[in-house]
Amino acid sequence: MAATTLTRPASHVRAGARGPLGLVPTGVLVLGAVYTLFPVSWVLVAATKSKAELFSTPTFAPGTGLLSNLSDLFAYRDGVFWLWLLNTALYAGGGAVLSTAVSCVSGYALATYRFPGRNLIFNLLIGGILVPAVVLAIPQYLLFSKAGLAGTYWSVLLPNVLHPYSIYLARIYAQAAIPGSLLEAGRLDGAGELRLFRRVALPMLTPGLVTIFLFQFVAIWNNFLLPFIMLGDDHRFPLTVGLYTLLAAGANQPSLYNLIITGTMLSLIPLIALFLTMQRYWRTDLSSGSVKS
Amino acid sequence: MARPTTGARAGHAGAVPYLFLAPAMALFTLFMALPIGYTVYLSLRRTKVSGLGLGKGARKEIFTGLDNYVNALGDGELWAGWLRVLGYGALVLAFMLGLALLFALMLDASRVRLARFTRISIFLPYAVPGVAATLMWGFLYLPTLSPFGGLPFLGADVVTFSMANVAVWGGTGFNMLVLYTNLRAVPRDYYEAARIDGAGELQIALRIKVPMLTPAIILTTVFSVIATVQVFTEPTTLRPLTNTISSTWSPLMKVYRDAFVTGDLYSAAATSVVIAAISLVLSFGFLRVVKSRAFGEG
Repeated sequence: MAATTLTRPASHVRAGARGPLGLVPTGVLVLGAVYTLFPVSWVLVAATKSKAELFSTPTFAPGTGLLSNLSDLFAYRDGVFWLWLLNTALYAGGGAVLSTAVSCVSGYALATYRFPGRNLIFNLLIGGILVPAVVLAIPQYLLFSKAGLAGTYWSVLLPNVLHPYSIYLARIYAQAAIPGSLLEAGRLDGAGELRLFRRVALPMLTPGLVTIFLFQFVAIWNNFLLPFIMLGDDHRFPLTVGLYTLLAAGANQPSLYNLIITGTMLSLIPLIALFLTMQRYWRTDLSSGSVKS
Repeated sequence: MARPTTGARAGHAGAVPYLFLAPAMALFTLFMALPIGYTVYLSLRRTKVSGLGLGKGARKEIFTGLDNYVNALGDGELWAGWLRVLGYGALVLAFMLGLALLFALMLDASRVRLARFTRISIFLPYAVPGVAATLMWGFLYLPTLSPFGGLPFLGADVVTFSMANVAVWGGTGFNMLVLYTNLRAVPRDYYEAARIDGAGELQIALRIKVPMLTPAIILTTVFSVIATVQVFTEPTTLRPLTNTISSTWSPLMKVYRDAFVTGDLYSAAATSVVIAAISLVLSFGFLRVVKSRAFGEG
């Protein structure tokens, strides 16, 4: 009895003392969220404004022009916007699938086998993390032109497949997720190396691979420099380059602003949807070996 | 004791690991080693025009040694670009990493509300392409559309800040998540022990959490430096909206212009090697300074 009366007020005081402190972190984070949501919410509202409303109504007052903006955008150059959207999905989806596959087999080999040259190969591949894209983009363009492939889908897809940081992540994840004893037991049972990889390792690696896929998907989706350099024909553009050319063409014509704003708004939706639905896979650290919800 | 087992295993596996690594090595050779080698090769050459430059044999590619590098180092426009990027980079690094650290510490504080909502909101710009982010802010900067009245966001004195704001907006969330993930890995007992000793939340944050985060802060700084030195998307996208950004605003924009507008691949190659060298020197230099500070080496 004495003990409870002694501890009660103490814990009460402590909670009371820490209560107001909780206001500071919450307040700071809410301010941060207001800052990050501000331009996104603006573009969502601005896309609903008609040409006249865009310049006359208050910034965050919804307008009446969403449908006409959308039909204008889809009519622009015979619906090239749809093509940009499809191209982006192809570049990001195809590139990320290939990249994840390559990272997976490389990371698995580096994590589970001991072989001559292992460290050399690892260091070479990892050194790529520090190579700035700028030294690669121009010669990649020249080499692709020599092969007659500049301006094709391949010229944007292929350079994105090797992603050193993903290989690093895959290796860390494989090290943490696959117990060496399990592979050893499989070998004793007479399973081949390929079978071990497919039946034992791959299922254990899958959660980490989803994370690698997502990060690579976003990186390619957001990429501007490579397609900007590689592509000339706007039928092969991804959204980023398409929106840029839309702006370059329409910056001096305020009548085109609605088109650009609506295009920007639409370009945000697929990734934000992916982002919100795949939340538990957005992790920057794969060393714990499992993806927690 | 482990040696014989691993030896046997390596013998057992034979060529298998090399087969697994073959795709990555092929891609590395084609899309990394070859382009790097080719850039260095191009940077040592130039076109020689003989006579009037007409006819088949009039234009030849010749070796010129380090001439392109000497030109790049003596190029006033390029230096001006470096200065602009230095100012821009200092702003971006300070604000982006400062805010990322602040938000990570606040998320990890003991009594925080709305943590999930605010964490997702602050990370959200990661899913927004740099072009789209620049377009949104660019329109919000325009005097005719800005909700902040007639502030000259795109004026010559302010445009660097406006551009830095776009990068800070886009990059804070990812860095926050990296730091926050590292904070979550710190055993909670550390804080309990400090609390028993009478430390407040602020002291715990400054005396325990920040020192524990040092390696992660170094890593995010190095990656941010590499990204900032090559800034291209933000100034290129903002350029159509203002006449205060030149076509050679950043060194990488100059490389692009040299290579694809002026058609001088050789100086573009030399400049891009210089950019790569500077970003490597900066990141390794930073690592060294930090190491000697933190561990008393060097």
